[in-house]
Amino acid sequence: MAIVFQRPHALRETQMHYCPGCTHGIVHRLIAEVIDELGIEGKTIGVSPVGCAYNNYLYFNCDMVQAAHGRAPAVATGIKRVHPGNVVFTYQGDGDLAAIGTAEIVHAANRGEKITTVFINNAIYGMTSGQMAPTTLIGQVTTTSPFGRKPEIDGFPLNVCEMLSTLKGAVYVERVSMHDIKNIKNAKKAIKRAFQVQMAGLGFSIVEVLSTCPTNWGVDPVNALKWIEEKMIPQYPIGNFRGKDLEV
Amino acid sequence: MGEKILMKGNEVVAEAALRAGCRHYFGYPITPQTEIAHYFAKKMPQYGGTFIQAESEVAAMNMVYGAASAGARVMTSSSSPGVSLKQEAISYAACAELPAVIVNIMRAGPGLGGILAAQSDYFQATKGGGHGDYRMVVLAPSSVQELYELVVEAFNIADRYRTLCMIMGDGMLGQMMEAVEFRDQEDICQADKSWAVTGTEMKRDHNIITSIYIDPEVLEKHNLKLQAKYRQIAENETRVEICNCDGADIIVAAYGTVARIIKNVIKTAEKEGIRVGLIRPVTLWPFPAAAFEKYAQVPKAFLSVEMSAGQMVEDVRLAVNGKKPVHFLGRMGGMIPTQKEILEKIREILK
Repeated sequence: MAIVFQRPHALRETQMHYCPGCTHGIVHRLIAEVIDELGIEGKTIGVSPVGCAYNNYLYFNCDMVQAAHGRAPAVATGIKRVHPGNVVFTYQGDGDLAAIGTAEIVHAANRGEKITTVFINNAIYGMTSGQMAPTTLIGQVTTTSPFGRKPEIDGFPLNVCEMLSTLKGAVYVERVSMHDIKNIKNAKKAIKRAFQVQMAGLGFSIVEVLSTCPTNWGVDPVNALKWIEEKMIPQYPIGNFRGKDLEV
Repeated sequence: MGEKILMKGNEVVAEAALRAGCRHYFGYPITPQTEIAHYFAKKMPQYGGTFIQAESEVAAMNMVYGAASAGARVMTSSSSPGVSLKQEAISYAACAELPAVIVNIMRAGPGLGGILAAQSDYFQATKGGGHGDYRMVVLAPSSVQELYELVVEAFNIADRYRTLCMIMGDGMLGQMMEAVEFRDQEDICQADKSWAVTGTEMKRDHNIITSIYIDPEVLEKHNLKLQAKYRQIAENETRVEICNCDGADIIVAAYGTVARIIKNVIKTAEKEGIRVGLIRPVTLWPFPAAAFEKYAQVPKAFLSVEMSAGQMVEDVRLAVNGKKPVHFLGRMGGMIPTQKEILEKIREILK
C-alpha cells in the first residue's frame, strides 16, 4: 500500500507541547516539509526563540541553537557568518521579534543577512499567559490591556512586513495565514521560497504567519481560525510585500 | 621570538586575537577601546574572517553567542557601559558553555561616567554581572606585552574549558603604546568541538546549544556540572605575580595599570627603608587567594590599591581572613593613584 502521509524526516518523532488548536505545530510541519523537499536537513541550523516555541529545538532534526529573547537574528548572524554555506533560519513570535527584538530583526534584515525568519504573529503573548503584544489589535482584551488595547495608551498594532519591506536588504517578505487549507498551502509555498531565496544568496527573507492562540484569546479552536480571518487579516493583509518575482 | 614593534594596547588586542586564530569579531564602538574594532575592520578581510559592526552591544554579544555555537574562535570588545549591555548574553553563553573572549577596556563609571581609565568593573566581571550562578575567567594584564600574551591565552582557556574568558584592561593600557614582541608561532589549543552546530550532514544526531532547563532537577545537575568545571579552572588556571613579599613590611594588592605604579613605589619606599611587597593577581577570577594566605603572616598589614571605590579589597580581606589588617586606597572617576599618595598611605599605615 502506498504511503500518502507521513511525518517529515526533518521533524523528530516526539510529542509537541502546544495547546489544542494552536497552529505552531502546523508551521513546524511546513518548515520540516520544506527542509525535506529541498534536501537541506543536513546543512540546516535553526534558532529557537523565547516564547511558546522556546524548545522547538527538540522538534527539528537539524542542528538547533536556543537564543535569548528577541536575539535570534543576531545569533543567526553569528552562525551564518561562520558557516556561510549552511542554511540558517530563526523561528520567532511577536513578542520576541516585534517587541524586545525589534533592533535585531531590523538590522539583520537591513544587512541583508542571508538567513530566513519565520515570524509567528498571533497578536498576543502565549507563554507568559496572554499579555498584550505589539501586534495586539485595537480593542483586543489581554491580561495587560484588560479594557482593550487603546491607541492613546498602548499605541498601534505593528505591521512588521510593511515595515521590513522598506529595507533593501529584506529581499523576500510575505505574510501568510493558517486559517484554512488553501492558506496553509500558500504558507508552505512562501516558506519554501524564503529558504530558496537564502540558498540563492539573495539576502534576508521573512515569512510572517498569522497564527492562533485559542487559549489566550479565550475562543475554541474552530472559532480561533475564524478570528484570524475576521479580525487579524483586516489589520494584517496577507500577500507578498517583496521578492515575488525573484529568480531562485 | 619575532621583532619588537611599538604598538598601541588596543591594536595589540586585535593582533593577538588574529594570531590566536580568531576570525570572527562582533562589536560596537565605544571609547576608549574602539581601535580594536578599527584594526579588525582593516585586517579581517585579509584573513578571510568576519568583522561586523553590530547595531548594539546586545546584538554583538549575541552574534558572539551564535558564532561560538557554530564552533568558531570569536571575540567581542567594549568598555564598561557597553559591557553592561553584554551581560544578558554573557549569562546565556556561560550556561550554554560557549567558549568566547570578551575584552573590557574599562572606563570610569557608574552610568555613562567618563572615558578615562578605571577599575570599577571588578565586581561585574568576577562576581557575575549577569544573572545566575556562573563564573568567567578574568585576566588582568598590566603591560602591552602581557596584553598580547593573555589574549592568546584567553582563547586557549576558553576552548579548553568551554568557558567565557574576559580580558580586563583599562583605558590607560588600551591607549598606551609600548614595545611588544610577537612569537613566530602561537601555541593554539586544538579543542574538540564536536558539540558545535555545523549541520548534521545526515551523519549524526542533531546538536543543540541551549541555556534553558525547565526541569529543576536537570537544571540543578547542570549547575553542579558548571560548578565542578569552575573548581577545575580555579585549580589549573589561577595566575599571580609576587614581588618582594619575603620579609615585607607591607604587602600591596594591585592589578593592571595600578600594579605598575606599585612597582615604582617599591623602589622609592626601599630608599626610606620600607620593604613593600606586591601581590598582583593576573587572574581576577579565579582569585589567587592562596598567595595571600601564604604571605598572611609576613607583613604588618595589607593594602589594596585600586582605581575604584574598593572592589578587589573584598577578596583580599576574604583571603587574608582577619590575620592582618587590610587597608584600602582608591581613586575614582578616571583619576590615577600617584606614587606619592600611595607612599604616604603606606607610611601612615606603618606608623
